[in-house]
Amino acid sequence: MDDRAPLPATRPATLLPPGGPAPQVERVVSRRWGTPESWTLASYERDGGYAALKKALAMKPAEVVDVVKKSNLRGRGGAGFPTGMKWSFIPKDNPKPRYLCVNADESEPGTFKDRYILDNDPHALVEGLAIAAYAIGAHTAYVYVRGEFKRQAERIDGAIREAYAKGYLGPSVAGSGYALDAHVHRGAGAYICGEETALIESLEGKRGWPRLKPPFPAVVGLFGAPTVVNNVETLANVPIILDRGAEWFAKLGTEKSGGTRLMCVSGHVKRPGVYEISMRTTLRELVMDVCGGPEDGRAVKAVIPGGSSAPVLAPNELDVACEFEALKAAGTMAGSGGVIVMDESACLVRTLWRISKFYADESCGQCTPCRDGTPWQEALLYKIESGQGTPADLETLISVATAICPFPPMGLGNTICALGDAAALPVHSFVQKFRPEFEAHIREHRCPFPDPWGATARRWGPSGETPKGWS
Amino acid sequence: MAEIVKRYPPDRKRAAMLPALRLVQEILGHLPPAALEQVASKLEVSKTACAEVATFYSMLRLEPRGRYSVEVCTNVSCSLCGGEQILRHLEQKLGIHAGETTPDGRITLREVECLASCGTAPVLQLDEEFHERLTPEKVDALLATLA
Ligand SMILES: Cc1cc2nc3c(=O)[nH]c(=O)nc-3n(C[C@H](O)[C@H](O)[C@H](O)COP(=O)(O)O)c2cc1C
Ligand code: SF4
Ligand code: FES
Repeated sequence: MDDRAPLPATRPATLLPPGGPAPQVERVVSRRWGTPESWTLASYERDGGYAALKKALAMKPAEVVDVVKKSNLRGRGGAGFPTGMKWSFIPKDNPKPRYLCVNADESEPGTFKDRYILDNDPHALVEGLAIAAYAIGAHTAYVYVRGEFKRQAERIDGAIREAYAKGYLGPSVAGSGYALDAHVHRGAGAYICGEETALIESLEGKRGWPRLKPPFPAVVGLFGAPTVVNNVETLANVPIILDRGAEWFAKLGTEKSGGTRLMCVSGHVKRPGVYEISMRTTLRELVMDVCGGPEDGRAVKAVIPGGSSAPVLAPNELDVACEFEALKAAGTMAGSGGVIVMDESACLVRTLWRISKFYADESCGQCTPCRDGTPWQEALLYKIESGQGTPADLETLISVATAICPFPPMGLGNTICALGDAAALPVHSFVQKFRPEFEAHIREHRCPFPDPWGATARRWGPSGETPKGWS
Repeated sequence: MAEIVKRYPPDRKRAAMLPALRLVQEILGHLPPAALEQVASKLEVSKTACAEVATFYSMLRLEPRGRYSVEVCTNVSCSLCGGEQILRHLEQKLGIHAGETTPDGRITLREVECLASCGTAPVLQLDEEFHERLTPEKVDALLATLA
C-alpha cells in the first residue's frame, strides 16, 4: 500500500531519449535524489554539503548577490523573476529587520517538484536559504509549507533541527558570527497563499488575501519589513551556484536563464514524474521521448506547459524549448513547470471546466472581476459540458474571461493578484485553439466523450448539488 | 503553545495563529467556539479575527468530523487519470457523498484540490498521508485497514 518507500524520486532525471541526439543534462537540483538517506545531514555532508555556505559567509553579502545575478538564476515559483535582482531590491538603509520567506506552498495544479526537494534533499533548501538570508541581511527565515504536506514538513523541520545542532543555523552560523533563525510555518489549505503577498498575510496570522502592489514585499513585506519570497527550487539551486561558480551554472542554461529545470509531467503519458532537463529540451521531446507519450499509441491533443494556469498548446506548437522566454514567445508561460498532457481520449471542455472550478473555489473574493467572473466561467462551462449550452454561452464565456483578463496572453489585467489571469488565460486559450470541440458539445447537446463518473452519472457539484451560479 | 509563539517576534504574536489553531484542532479534532476564544486570548487578538482565519482555510474545521479523513483529489491530472472513479468508488463503498461522514462517525470523505502528487495520480490522503497510483482494488485494501 505504501507507495512512498522507496522514495519516488529515483527515476532517471537525466534526459536519455530513445533515439537521436538530444540535449544531455547534468543533474543539478536532483543530483542527490535516490542516495540512501539523502535527507539526513550526514548524507548531505558526505556529498560536500554546507561547503557553499561557508564559502558565502567568507564573502561580503553584496558579492553573494552578484554571484547569483551572474548565474542567471530565475525564480522557479511561477513568474521567473531574476533571483539576484530580487535580492538586490532590499533597501540598504531601512533600519527594520529583514525577512526571508521560502514558498513551499506548492499548490498549482500539475506541479509536484518542490515536494520531491523537501522529501529528498531538504538540506539543500536549508543551505540555500541560509545563503540567501545572509545575502539579503535577514536574521529570520520562515519556510511556509502547504498544509497538506505532513511528511514534507517533518523532513524540512528535521533538517532545520539538524542544522541547528551542527551550528549551521543559530547565533553564529558556521562560526561566522552571523545569526540566523529558521522556522517551519505550516499552511492550512488555501491555494491563494502561494501568492507571495497572500503568503505574507497568512504568515502574519490573517486570511490569505493578496495585497496591492506596490509596495512590493522587498520594501514592505512580512511584519511591514523588507522581505524576499523565493520558491523552494529556486533556493535549492543556490548552494551549487556558490560551489561550482556562476559561469558554470549560467552555461547549463540558455542566454537569459541559468541552470536546469525540474519539470513535472502528469496526465496522459506512459512515464509521468519529475524530470530534470536542460532548458533547451523541447516540450515535444519531454512529452514524447522522455515520458513516452500517451498510452496505446493515442495521439497528444493538448499540453499545458506550466501549471494549470498556463495557456494550453496544440500538438503543432510543441517544438518549443522548456524555457521562460521561448514559452512566452509561444504565447504561454513556463510557470511552475507543471506539464499536463491530454491525449485524444480527453474531453477538453470537461478539463477546462475542472480547471475553472478550481480557480472559482480558490478566488479570495477581493476583486469584483475575479470574484464574480470565476464562478460564472465555471457555470457556463458546466452548462456546455452537460449538453445544455447555447452558442451565446460560448460568446458570454469569452467576454467573462475578457473582463477578468483583457489582453490574453498577457497577464496582469484588472485584478490585485494574478489568480484572476490564471483563471481567465486557460479559458481564452482552450476556446481559441479547440473551438470545434466546444461547438460539438453545443450542437449535439451532449458530451461526446465517456462520462468519467461511470454508469450512474450524477450532478457535478462536490456533494451532488448544482454548482453556484447555475440555474 | 509557548514554543510556537516563540518563533515569531514578541510584538507579532498573531503570526502564531495558524500553528496554534492547528495544534488545538489536533487535540480536539475540530475548533469549537470556546477553542477559538482561547486561542484569540492567548494571541491577544479579537475573537472575530480568529474566526475569520478559522473559516478561511480549508483544513481548519469548525465542525467535528469522522475518526478518519479520506480526501480524494479530482483536479485536472487526477481527473485525467481516473480520480473521479476513485471518488465514486469510495462513495459507493461508504454509502455517502463527498463532504459527508459515515453514519457511524468513522470516515469523512472529501473531494479536494490538487495535492501536488499529480505524477502518481490518482491520489488520496488518508489523515494527511499520501496514497498514490490508486485503483479501486487499492482503495478497498486501504479501507480494510481502517478500524
Ligand atoms: C495565485 C498564485 C499562486 C502561486 N502559488 C505559488 C506556489 O504555490 N509556490 C510558489 O513557489 N510560488 C507561487 N506563486 C508565485 C509567487 O507569488 C512568487 O512569485 C514566488 O514565490 C517567487 O519565488 P521565485 O522568485 O523564487 O520564483 C503563486 C502566484 C500566484 C499569483
Ligand atoms: S485576483 Fe482573485 S484571488 Fe487575486 S486578490 Fe483578486 S479576488 Fe483575490
Ligand atoms: S491533480 Fe491530483 S494531485 Fe495534482
